[in-house]
Amino acid sequence: MSPEERFQSIVDAEDKIEPTDWMPDAYRKTLIRQIAQHAHSEVIGMQPEGTWISRAPTLHRKAILMAKVQDEAGHGLYLYSAAETLGVTRNELQELLHQGKHKYSSIFNYPTLNWADIGTVGWLVDGAAITNQVMLTRCSYGPYARGMVRICKEESFHQRQGYELLIKLCQGSDEQKALAQDALDRWWWPSLMMFGPHDTESTHTEQSMAWKIKRVSNDDLRQQFVDMTVPQADYLGLRIPDPGLRWNEARGHYDFGEIDWDEFWAVVRGDGPMNRERLAHKVDAWQEGAWVREAALAYAEKRAGRSAA
Amino acid sequence: MTYEVPVAPGESADIETSTEISGGVWPMWEVFVRARRGVSHVHIGSLHAPDSETALQNARDVYTRRGEGVSVWVVPSREVRAFEPDDAVDYVEANEKVYRMATTYEIPEEVGQM
Repeated sequence: MSPEERFQSIVDAEDKIEPTDWMPDAYRKTLIRQIAQHAHSEVIGMQPEGTWISRAPTLHRKAILMAKVQDEAGHGLYLYSAAETLGVTRNELQELLHQGKHKYSSIFNYPTLNWADIGTVGWLVDGAAITNQVMLTRCSYGPYARGMVRICKEESFHQRQGYELLIKLCQGSDEQKALAQDALDRWWWPSLMMFGPHDTESTHTEQSMAWKIKRVSNDDLRQQFVDMTVPQADYLGLRIPDPGLRWNEARGHYDFGEIDWDEFWAVVRGDGPMNRERLAHKVDAWQEGAWVREAALAYAEKRAGRSAA
Repeated sequence: MTYEVPVAPGESADIETSTEISGGVWPMWEVFVRARRGVSHVHIGSLHAPDSETALQNARDVYTRRGEGVSVWVVPSREVRAFEPDDAVDYVEANEKVYRMATTYEIPEEVGQM
């Protein structure tokens, strides 16, 4: 059996590929690309929510938000570790992000304008992420799949705290409910865009499915998400901003309108509302922390020197 | 949060995976966590830290934020030596020594569970 055949037979048998197994170059590269983008997304994803920590309305909500943002940092670290098993370093990947050569999920290039956005991000953005990540727990690459299991457990907290925040807000004054509706109006379409282009337009899907990196297509995941989310919006008494949204009895799914693909590609290309600010903030934070990293290393070296003497 | 960012029309699908890094890089550590008393430490992941003390602190923050463990080990990744099924002949031969398996011995039903 050739290495390629052996590799594919492991994948086909639903076994996992581990770091020291032979794997096709393109499989390795696809995974590095995807895991790195996923890790970058977690790290950049701290910004839209981090900005609300100081403005959370109660100490309880502040504590929740801090825990959630800390989780996102943790998720970034699990993922960089998974990428490192493929023969790249975390610093390299981060440098590529800083140089603008790596991307992260476009959803984080939208601003969080009011407190209801924090609930909506948990509900929709983390909800969409869970839909995708539950699929990835069955990914053929062991370290990535295992990381996803940990992440999914924690994402459940993220989504639930967001939805609960919105329940409370929607039980409040008319003004509070209007904030929630405004947030849904702005986040609905970008959340649907998180699943990527239509299957017919998606360049990676077919090969990724054969390698079992991806297990469900973009459009199927998006449909799953819409079907799950519509009743949740109904419960809140909020209106989803899509005149084309209706239950299709024959299909057993909701029909929904077309995404504005021009906006989608504009944000992917770097022209979303927050692209420049997000990256600049990330680079600043890294540079401002340089002295801490250097001091820790110098201290470790000094101590190692002492114990050797 | 996740997902694979699509390649915009007209952009290159080739993504760079290496670049020049300046400055010192913290070494990598493997993290093992004992979930509760009575079970073994199990490998849970890895992280970067300048020394073992910081590695332990980072391990607590990265891998045990929800009481996942009662004990944590950190080991420098460069110290790990391993063999893999593919290059270990003994490992494969062990599967051929079926006489080591209890289930290869037939015991009459009359004598009961053994």
